Amino acid sequence: MSITAKERAEFEAVIGLECHVQLQTTTKAFTSASAAFGGAPNSHVDPYTLALPGTLPVLSRAAVECALKIGLATSCTIRRVSRFARKHYFYPDLPKGYQISQFDEPLCEGGTVEFPMPCKPGEKPELRSVRLTRIHMEEDAGKNTHVVGTPYSLVDYNRAGVPLVEIVSEPDIRSSAEAVAYLRAIRQIVRYLGISDGNMDEGSLRADANVSVRPVGQAEYGTKAELKNMNSFKNIEAAIEYEIVRQIEQIKRGERVVQESRLWNVEKGISIAMRSKEEAHDYRYFPEPDLPPLSVDDAWIEDVQRALPELPVAKRRRYVEVLGLSEYDAAVLTADQAIATYFEAAHHDGAPPKLVANWLASELLGRLNKDEKTIEQSPISASALAGLTKLVDDKTISGKMAKGVFDTMWATGKSAKQIVDEEGLVQVTDSTAIEAACKAAVDANPKQADAYRAGKTTMLGFFVGQVMKATQGKANPELVNEILKSLLGG
Amino acid sequence: MSVVNELMSATDPVAVIADAVRSKKVTALEVTEAYLARIAEHDGKLGCYYRVDQDGARALARNIDEKIARGEDPGLLAGVPIGVKDLLVTSGVETTAGSKILAGWIPPYDGTVVAKLKVAGAVLLGKLSMDEFAMGSSNETSAFGNVKNPWDVARVPGGSSGGSAASVAAGLCAASIGTDTGGSIRQPASLTGTIGIKPTYGRVSRYGVIAFASSLDQVGPFARSASDAALVLRAISGHDPHDSTSLPQSVPDWSSESSDPRGLRIGVPAEYFDHLDASIAAPVNAALKTLEAAGATLVPVKLPHTRYGVAAYYIVATAECSSNLARYDGIRYGLRVPADSLAAMYKKTRAAGFGPEVKRRIMLGTYALRSGYYDAYYRKAQQVRTLVKRDFDEAFRHCDVIAGPTSPQVAFKLGEKTADPLSMYLSDIYTIPCNLAGLPGMSIPCGFARPKDGGPELPVGLQLLAAPLAEGQIFRAARALQQRTDFHTRRPPEFA
Amino acid sequence: MRITTDEVRATAELARLELTQEEIGSLERDLSAILAYMTDLSELDTTGVEPMTHAVPLFVRLREDVLGPQLDVATALADAPRSEGSFFEVPKIIEVSE
Repeated sequence: MSITAKERAEFEAVIGLECHVQLQTTTKAFTSASAAFGGAPNSHVDPYTLALPGTLPVLSRAAVECALKIGLATSCTIRRVSRFARKHYFYPDLPKGYQISQFDEPLCEGGTVEFPMPCKPGEKPELRSVRLTRIHMEEDAGKNTHVVGTPYSLVDYNRAGVPLVEIVSEPDIRSSAEAVAYLRAIRQIVRYLGISDGNMDEGSLRADANVSVRPVGQAEYGTKAELKNMNSFKNIEAAIEYEIVRQIEQIKRGERVVQESRLWNVEKGISIAMRSKEEAHDYRYFPEPDLPPLSVDDAWIEDVQRALPELPVAKRRRYVEVLGLSEYDAAVLTADQAIATYFEAAHHDGAPPKLVANWLASELLGRLNKDEKTIEQSPISASALAGLTKLVDDKTISGKMAKGVFDTMWATGKSAKQIVDEEGLVQVTDSTAIEAACKAAVDANPKQADAYRAGKTTMLGFFVGQVMKATQGKANPELVNEILKSLLGG
Repeated sequence: MSVVNELMSATDPVAVIADAVRSKKVTALEVTEAYLARIAEHDGKLGCYYRVDQDGARALARNIDEKIARGEDPGLLAGVPIGVKDLLVTSGVETTAGSKILAGWIPPYDGTVVAKLKVAGAVLLGKLSMDEFAMGSSNETSAFGNVKNPWDVARVPGGSSGGSAASVAAGLCAASIGTDTGGSIRQPASLTGTIGIKPTYGRVSRYGVIAFASSLDQVGPFARSASDAALVLRAISGHDPHDSTSLPQSVPDWSSESSDPRGLRIGVPAEYFDHLDASIAAPVNAALKTLEAAGATLVPVKLPHTRYGVAAYYIVATAECSSNLARYDGIRYGLRVPADSLAAMYKKTRAAGFGPEVKRRIMLGTYALRSGYYDAYYRKAQQVRTLVKRDFDEAFRHCDVIAGPTSPQVAFKLGEKTADPLSMYLSDIYTIPCNLAGLPGMSIPCGFARPKDGGPELPVGLQLLAAPLAEGQIFRAARALQQRTDFHTRRPPEFA
Repeated sequence: MRITTDEVRATAELARLELTQEEIGSLERDLSAILAYMTDLSELDTTGVEPMTHAVPLFVRLREDVLGPQLDVATALADAPRSEGSFFEVPKIIEVSE
């Protein structure tokens, strides 16, 4: 399966995402059984979860509040009166034979998600905005396990009834990379809000994608296919990419794209059309008679709004506009709320923002990543890093010296000040002492000095190295540079 | 006649038994044993009970007697033996809803009504026969046998709460619990000469009531007298956090309210008397005259959308039932017919588990909810429901209760209507609007009529409807009528 | 209003009911008669009439997020026609065709 880059460029992809987010509540959406992840199979169940005859749904306030948070965080309009509906289909993981969801009167409508596209360090990320159709509340299904080599499957209802929000986007997305960036933004928001852990591998964040292609410049949408069963960002990107190419190929062959659901096969890296018979869904939605309408008053909305944390978009803007960070650094630092919190704590301790941002982005995060540690597990606390950057900022130590101090801090947990004191690491800023060292270096290396003077200016680095070696790295690098240039400049 | 027998044959057995038990004239166990003996003697002819929970009943009775011995409050219904429709979930006691698909299901929980009855000191005798999933008007769709009408065992007791009605008529319990979705309490009450009340929607919790049509289902009692019905209804009513459609309003003590009919405005809707058979109209009109003579005023009212009620009802009820019965899939409980594929297992299980009437309604409801049909059927029916409700709102501006026949006919013969489902549906014409509008409604004996096809005279019921939460007005009219007539004191001769 | 044999079959498929030829015939007859009766509703003008989805006007009451009683696994599985370990067991679920 292949198309040329030229063929590919003739088409534009149109993508909409339906994203399910599991809400982190103690109890399930419509009953007081545990909503916790995991547990022994069928241990988080009560009569309602198993759809025992006679049981009825009772809506959780916490679940509604979580849905309000994500709705308000994405600037949705909140319906003062919303309704629940039953969505019918038979499947073993769906105990009632219907899912309680919302249909024509969802809690949240409209709204947008803004996010930066990934880019290389130092570049300015491109900002995107995807409109939301709606966010509605519903309950999760249980879990079917297919036992290889047996004629049966096994069902666990622990997850059945766990509260979800479904975030439905408009078809505003144009590439697989943008789809992933959008989903990362959703994950970032729900984590900021503390309403979900957003873990894709545990299924707390899941997405289906509606994908179509059209010739560039065409206004009408092409026929879409719905992609399911993608459980990682990598799979989502691969499945959408595969689908775009598949549809372009189909059109190039003169065939029509069929509206269908396709399952992504991770092992094979292909998607397969779901059986058309299974596909013939008619969900027979109708208003849930067991649940009167949900009323959300202005006071509740205002309370939730007021309690919202500073969200990624606002944080990024503040980091750039107020703290003077680059767009890139701002995006890196806000990607994870814990990192932003760390950064802000360091800044609060008096560290210069740009400097601490550099240390965080270029040193600490890489080191944490290498050691598979989260920022919360960092051996260097925010105030410790602040201490280090302050010593660099007031020129007590040079940046180069600071790297060594950082290593010691990482290894010993000591403060920068303590290390500097213990090791006598004070930057030499006395120009006579530096001049003497520079003179000695130039005198000892006449060949190199001549080469420099002959135009090989890169030789300067050699002399800087010599001086630093002689001063055990304590010389102020700026002064060294300046003095060497005047000595050699002749 | 022994003390216990005297209590059992009283017009208000609930009140007198509770009183006698509380005042230690008899023990709850003595009363319970007497009822168990009576069931053993008579129920073979009637088939009211699917199962009699002898051990459970005795245990509850002993518990009451111990409480009394300890000087504790034994509750409103102390030692009163009560039968419960098999649609109500009972912990540890098989609950089937009259369906093969649930045969053998032992629930791990008590529904709210059952729990409240236990708290009130009632003795639960067992589970009463019914139409499968409460879908029927004759008790003939039960998967486990018909119930016979105690007034003529060749005839049906009505349905779907046929066992609940017949057991009270025959004295096989002091009172019983039924459910009413489109008349399933009032119609069998009418056909068996008992009192049955469906309270305002939301007055009694539906938690633990196996759902037929969620927006219409309500639980209510059958009793011999209005005052007994009021006592039992009070015991089972009240807000329940397990039912989101449960009303928050507090429960009045209906048994202590006035029974003075003076000034009571009784609405008489012409639509309920059009084409009504004279043999039914006569006792109904006589009851209205009796109340008028006692000081009530008869007011003509209009309920113009009555004729659309049946169609709207059968769309709403079947749509909801098709949804509510989707959970019977052979996986977690109940029947499973083994099959190689999942799809075949579903289809074979549901085909074998549900009877013809239930299948018919699931099909009808599924059809009405299909995409493209929703607006024409379900939405339209819900709009008609609004019109029916508006009729009542307007009528209750001019009257306190609305009175008319409960059923257009007396009890019919077993098998007479099973071949024609539509004619069976149409016989619910007077009871259905009340459910659509969520109103309280009662059927109370108002006379007897000789059936056209011969046989003994059979009971006729008067239906009393009131505005939401105005059950008090219904009890007022009912008690006024009972003080002036003796129809409710008559017993089927074979079971006197 | 007549319901066709195909509609009866499609509806039965949606409702997961296996029907015999005889049942299909009688359902076609019964449902047609009932649906014909229901078309009476179409003579009513319901323009602008709000559908009544609940019998009483209420808003939903919200439950606090506090753990309640649960069933132990043995009780949860007690009435299952088939179970395996602490799972419910069903015939193999086949999702896709190649």
